[in-house]
Amino acid sequence: MNLIKLSFSYLRRRALNTLLNILLFSFGIATITILLLFSYQLEDNLYKNAEGIDVVVGAKGSPIQLILSSIYHIDNPTGNIKLSEAKQLMNHPMVASATPLALGDNYLGYRIVGSTTEYLDKYSATVREGTLWNHEFELVLGADVARNEGLQVGDTIVSGHGFSEGGSSHDDNGLIVVGILEPTGTIADRLILTGVETMWGIHMESEEEEDHDHTDGRSITNESYLATEFDQEQITSLLIRYQNPLAAAQFPRFVNDQTSMQAAAPAVEVTRLLTLLGVGLSSIRFFALVLILASVLGIFIALLNSMKERKYDLAIMRTLGGSRLKLFNHVILEGAMISLAGGLLGIVLGHIAMEGIGVLFAEAQQFAVTGYDFHSEEVVILLLALGIGILSSLVPALLAYKTDIAETLSKT
Amino acid sequence: MGGVFSLCREKLREMTMIQLRDSHHRYNSGTEVNLPDLQVDKGEHLLILGLSGSGKSTLLHILAGILRPTKGSYLIDGTDLYSLSESRRDQFRGRHIGVIFQQMHLINSLTVKENLKLAQYMAGHKPDDSKVIRICSELDISDKVDTYTDELSQGQKQRVSIARAVMNDPLLLLADEPTSSLDDIRSGEVLSLLKSQAKRTGATLIISTHDQRVKDQFLNRVELDAQNQEEV
Repeated sequence: MNLIKLSFSYLRRRALNTLLNILLFSFGIATITILLLFSYQLEDNLYKNAEGIDVVVGAKGSPIQLILSSIYHIDNPTGNIKLSEAKQLMNHPMVASATPLALGDNYLGYRIVGSTTEYLDKYSATVREGTLWNHEFELVLGADVARNEGLQVGDTIVSGHGFSEGGSSHDDNGLIVVGILEPTGTIADRLILTGVETMWGIHMESEEEEDHDHTDGRSITNESYLATEFDQEQITSLLIRYQNPLAAAQFPRFVNDQTSMQAAAPAVEVTRLLTLLGVGLSSIRFFALVLILASVLGIFIALLNSMKERKYDLAIMRTLGGSRLKLFNHVILEGAMISLAGGLLGIVLGHIAMEGIGVLFAEAQQFAVTGYDFHSEEVVILLLALGIGILSSLVPALLAYKTDIAETLSKT
Repeated sequence: MGGVFSLCREKLREMTMIQLRDSHHRYNSGTEVNLPDLQVDKGEHLLILGLSGSGKSTLLHILAGILRPTKGSYLIDGTDLYSLSESRRDQFRGRHIGVIFQQMHLINSLTVKENLKLAQYMAGHKPDDSKVIRICSELDISDKVDTYTDELSQGQKQRVSIARAVMNDPLLLLADEPTSSLDDIRSGEVLSLLKSQAKRTGATLIISTHDQRVKDQFLNRVELDAQNQEEV
C-alpha cells in the first residue's frame, strides 16, 4: 500500500465518475492540441509551398485569391491573362525566372496544372517512375495522386472541367500518365502536372476543332514560351522570382499600374491570411479554454463531493497514524492522476482527430494535414494539464489536511 | 532505604501503561467534561462503563491521542503524548495505539487486505503480507481478504476492524462500544477475541461501553456518571 495505490483505489471505486472527468478534461486538451498542430502545419505549408516565389502575376481581382489558386491550389483563379502580355514580364530585367501556369481542369478533384519543368524544380520534385511529359496530353502525377487513386505509368484518364470532382468532363480526351513523382512533402504531391499546351489542347478540342500549330510538347521550359508565337493563347498566372530583392519595391507597382494584370506577393498575402485566420483560431482557443475550465470545475466538484463522503475515511487514516501532509498529498494525487490521464488522452485524441480531418476533408488534404506530427509544446500542454489538475484539487486537499479527527468520529 | 524506594518507583513506572491525571476537556460548543484519573498497568484490562453523555467518548478520544484535553496530563508508556509535535503524535498513535470504533469505519474503496495494509503503511511500517495473512486467519477472515469491506456482514466487518487495530502490535488497544449492537452470543465472541488479541500482543485493553452485560467479565471497572459532563 502506498499513496498512489490508495488514490487509485478511490478513483477505481467511482470509475464512471472518474472516466467522465477524464473524458471531459481530455476534450479540452484535444482541442488545444489540434489548434497547436493546425497552426504549425498551416504555417509550415503556407511558407514552404511559397518558397522561391517572390510574386505571382495573374488577372486582376483579389490578391489572396490569386495566391490561393496559383500557389496552394485551393481557390478558383481570378481569370486568365494573355501570353503575349505575360511574355513582356518574362523578359523584364527584374525577373530572374517566370514560370507560367495554366489551370482549369481536374481529375477526381486533383488539379491538373499546365506548367514547365521549372515548376517541378521549385519543389525539388524528381521523377520516380517513367519520364516527364514530352508531348501534349502526357501527364506526370504527384506521389499522393498516384498512390491514392492507384494510377500507374501507362494509364489513361479523363479530366473534368473546373476544380472540383463531378464537373462536366472532357470526354475521351485521352490523357496518358507518363510519369510519377517522388514524394516532396509539398503541394506538388497532390497535383497532376503537364505542359501548358495540354491545357490549351484540352480546351481547344472542346471549344472549337481548330487545329492550332502547337508544338508537340517538347517545349517545356520557361524559355521555350518566349520563342513560340502563341500570342493569342492565355495562361492563368506567372510565378516570378526576382533578380534581386530591390525589385520587390518596384515590380508589383509596375505590374499593377502599367498592365491589365495584378501582382501579388505571397509573403504579404500569407501574413494577411494568417491574421484573418488568427481571429478564428483565437476564438477556438477561447472555446478550448472554456472547455478546460468546465472540466476543471468538474474535477473540483467531484473531489469536493468525495471529501464529504470520505470524511470518516480521512479521519481513520489520521487515527492510523497518517499525518496531515500525507492526507493532503493523497487528495492532490487524485487530481493529478485524473488530469494526467486526461492530458495524455487529450493529446492522443488530438492527433487522431487531426489525422481524421486530414483524411476526411479534401481541403485539408491540400494542406497536408496530418496527425503524425509531434511538437515539444505538447509536453508543455501535458505539464500545464497536470498543474491545472493539482490546482483544482488544492481546496479539497486542504479540507483533507484540516480534518478534525475526534470531531468527525464523534458524529455518527 | 532511598535506593529501594527509587527502585520501587522505577518498577512502578515500568509497570504503568496509562496515566491520566486531573484532566478536563472543554468543547468549543461550551460543553465541559471532567475526566476521572486513570492508571492502568501493562497488559491490564479495563472497562469504562457509563451511559451516553457521561463523557465516555471524550475519554476514549483523549486516550487514543486524537483529542487534546484542555487541561491535565496523559502519559502512555512514559510518553507525554500531547507534548509531542503533531506529526510525532500521529506516528506514535499509528504505531502504538489500536482503536476499534463502534461504527467500524472501514475503508470501502479498499479490500480487507488493503485495509490492513493501509494500517501498516499509515504507521510507517514496511508492508508485511505474512502478518496480514496470519492475523486474518486468527480472526477467521482468511477467505475474505480480497473482498471489499462494504460486501462483508456486520460480524465480519467487526473482525476486520479488530484485525486493523492489532495490525501493528499496539501497546494500547481501545474499543468503543464493541458489543452494543450484538446479541449475547456474538457479544461474548467479540469480547473473547479482543481479550485474546490483547493477550497476544501484550496490549493494555480498554473498552468503553454502556452495555451492562459486559460488566461481569472485567475485574477492573471505572463507572462514569452523567454529572461528569455539564453544559455551561
